Amino acid sequence: MSYINKPKFKHPQMQANDIGLTRRDYEGTLTTLCGGCGHDSISAAIIQAAADMSLEPHRVAKISGIGCSSKIPSYFLSKAHGFNSVHGRMPSVATGANIANKELYYIGISGDGDSASIGLGQFCHIVRRRINMLYIVANNGTYGLTKGQLSATADLGSKTKSGEESQFDNIDMATLAIELGASFVARSFSGDKKQLIPLIQAGLTHKGFAFIDVISPCVTFNNTDFSTHGYKNTWENNVALSGVDFVPLREEITTSYAAGKEKEITLHDGSVVHLHKTDNNYDPTDKENALHHINEHKNQGKIATGLLYINQSTSDLHELQETVDKPLNCLGNQELCPGSEALNDINNTFR
Amino acid sequence: MKPTDISDPNYFHKVVDCQWACPAHTPVPEYIRLIAEKRYTDAYMINWHSNVFPGILGRTCDRPCEPACRRGRVEEEPVAICRLKRVAADYKSDIANRLPQIPKEKNGRHIALIGGGPASLTVARDLMPLGYEITLFEKDKLSGGAMRTQIPRFRLPGEVLDEELNYILQMGVNCRFGEEITSMRAILDEGYDAIFVGTGAPLGKWLDLPGHDEAKDNIHTGIEWLASVAFEHISSIGKNVLVLGGGNTAMDCCRTSKRIGGEQVSVVVRSGFDEMKASPWEIEDAMNEDIPILNFHVPKRYITENGKLVAMAFEKVRKEIDADGKRRLVPTGEEPAILACDDVLCAIGQENSFPWIERDLGIEFDQWEVPVLNKSTFQSTHEKVFFGGDAALGPDNIITAVAHGHDAAVSIHMMCEKQDISKRPNPLTNLSSQKMGIHQWSYDNDISADFRFAVPHADKQKTLNDINIEVELGFDEQLAFNETMRCLNCDVQTVFTDKLCIECDACVDICPTDCISFTQNQDEPELRKNLLAPAENEEQDLYVSDKLLTGRIMAKNEDLCLHCGLCAERCPTNAWDMHKYLFNTAKAENACQS
Repeated sequence: MSYINKPKFKHPQMQANDIGLTRRDYEGTLTTLCGGCGHDSISAAIIQAAADMSLEPHRVAKISGIGCSSKIPSYFLSKAHGFNSVHGRMPSVATGANIANKELYYIGISGDGDSASIGLGQFCHIVRRRINMLYIVANNGTYGLTKGQLSATADLGSKTKSGEESQFDNIDMATLAIELGASFVARSFSGDKKQLIPLIQAGLTHKGFAFIDVISPCVTFNNTDFSTHGYKNTWENNVALSGVDFVPLREEITTSYAAGKEKEITLHDGSVVHLHKTDNNYDPTDKENALHHINEHKNQGKIATGLLYINQSTSDLHELQETVDKPLNCLGNQELCPGSEALNDINNTFR
Repeated sequence: MKPTDISDPNYFHKVVDCQWACPAHTPVPEYIRLIAEKRYTDAYMINWHSNVFPGILGRTCDRPCEPACRRGRVEEEPVAICRLKRVAADYKSDIANRLPQIPKEKNGRHIALIGGGPASLTVARDLMPLGYEITLFEKDKLSGGAMRTQIPRFRLPGEVLDEELNYILQMGVNCRFGEEITSMRAILDEGYDAIFVGTGAPLGKWLDLPGHDEAKDNIHTGIEWLASVAFEHISSIGKNVLVLGGGNTAMDCCRTSKRIGGEQVSVVVRSGFDEMKASPWEIEDAMNEDIPILNFHVPKRYITENGKLVAMAFEKVRKEIDADGKRRLVPTGEEPAILACDDVLCAIGQENSFPWIERDLGIEFDQWEVPVLNKSTFQSTHEKVFFGGDAALGPDNIITAVAHGHDAAVSIHMMCEKQDISKRPNPLTNLSSQKMGIHQWSYDNDISADFRFAVPHADKQKTLNDINIEVELGFDEQLAFNETMRCLNCDVQTVFTDKLCIECDACVDICPTDCISFTQNQDEPELRKNLLAPAENEEQDLYVSDKLLTGRIMAKNEDLCLHCGLCAERCPTNAWDMHKYLFNTAKAENACQS
């Protein structure tokens, strides 16, 4: 970690967004992660995405578990709500918070240890329950905080810094999320902010459970030539299935796209995601097709990135449960305790 | 763009904006750090070697460094560089044992310096330690030139002036003061190995308007009048004083008048207030002493009664920009302004004057009667005659005269050593890592966010009543320390090693001012537009690396870098490192060493 705070001086031409904040206003405390950690680039991408979207920081809740990844929320949006939970239990806390107040933007940050090992069960259930949130896994294929053991997302044959080879196939978080019913699934790379920032914006805007698996190299323990999660391997084998542009609702769409390879997806609030497909056969709205492409790339030693799968027709938990319009934490005594007459009415329905 | 060649001594020099802007290229951040450590004497000596008159310049410099200061680009105001220089002078201890040794045995060469101002004294300072015998001619009884005659004592106390002049004179300079040279031929005939002319721009301009002859007893030229006040030939002035002109001399004239009897003193300028040539801080000081500045008043005539000046008439004008974009002053048609006055001081400019140089000696002059010179060697068309300071290129300032003096001394030394004086010696540079630990540097990168600190002034009632009381008190040690912490250490350079970079973006993410981008290489104009934040200030370079692993390049905009070192702290591979770049111009002692 650095001994000094980041100077407050900023680029004099830095523009304020629609609510009068600059990107610097979306920063958190100075990072204490190792220099070069991919996780810092994820923070920077979230900061940029939130600033570009003019998110009001107090309308954001950031929730994490345990691990290097779960320190990330300290480093962005210091004026947002935050909860650093127990190892692997971020999904429970996020679920509870979302049920209590459905009006916030929820950003869950977790890692491969937190979500693919100790918290795998929790992960499966939050996907299944369709919580309206953005769930980011900072995936470095190693347990960095305990000094570099293989994690459950380490690819078969990938080696730790000390030379131990992974004997098991990896858990692919993106595939798992698609299979369990996530309605927005993407994969990206911390080094590629051009791709990551629009994915974060689209994920935050998407109504339903949005998941981004971000390859985020551990520069200290897993950035060797024989690791599949290092910078070099990811730069070389990262195949974007599509380029992504996010156009918020308020902006006029000015770019024109060539037919055939372009796909335009309008999100529920009217914002638009443009995909510039690099592969004509790829269809991100087709579950089977998406899974096929991911696996095919994996078999070739490649990493498929971009918006892998999107389904806008599913309902989120609140819609399924038919909760009232008002956030539950805003209900007053009168609404929560409507009196004995109301109780009688309810009891009568069971008679 | 091609990868940046950081081995070019000018590349990193240019990043140190203050040093680059200083005519003498004083290593500013280096001495500011020493002041922060209370190493005032060390800070003083760095200045002394570079600009020769730190105590004088710390009070009177034109400060080209300050408008250049990077702090002014990321915040409101530059670091108070000039006043920190004064701090080094005010708080230093005895420097006698740090002055260069003067060889007892001379090298047999004899140099004549004509004029005892900053340019000549710099030549003496540089050549005395090399064993030269030096004779200094000065028409006044004391040396110092314009520093003594044109700068009033309430801005520059006599003791400060004398102290710094004496460091040089006491090296054993033969002083022939009070001796005005009337013939260059005679000097040449004395057989000197070289002659340096540093006679300044001693001729004040007159304003010859109707009524002048009748009123001339009460019309004075600014610089001559200031000199008379400095030598105490004049100790009073009328109650109503008009000062004509908007430069620093005008500011000194009006403030001096206020102290020796002027009650209603006004400055009158032809053009607009914002077009005045005087330094903003000098205008501010004059206005603080309740001196009004009337602009857009063009002087028309002197008005006399019974053979004595009583007023001046001015035409009122306004500024207009014509179709060609040229600015013109157009009469407003109003009644002329009649301003009562007992004395008028003309501070409308000054010129060099060489009536004593015969025109058949091989020293050529151009159509404006300015000597024809080589601008890097300061040699005239006569091999043995050199010019420097205002005498060389027209009226400028003290620090420019010092810079000329250093360069001329190099030329004289090389000529005496039979070397080609057009082959200038290289600057002395050093680039070394400041890394102490993983996140620790040998400089303090935790800069302060404070605004510029104001220098305390002495009580106005007191200073206005005594011409010898210095107005500025200077920073005390605490204020000085606080001000030093505003310095961004622009001489501690971000050095990038492309082979080590893994393109992790750590530097991009941490940089407070968005200086660093990793992008596809392009031509400079496109690249400037396509960086993380556009680089619009074309006076500042882009630092561009060779191709990296992904085929991209690193491009850093030097314009707004805070030199905080966070890029290097976050860099996992030491591809970024902070290196201190020391740059000193070569002086005479460094020439002829091959």
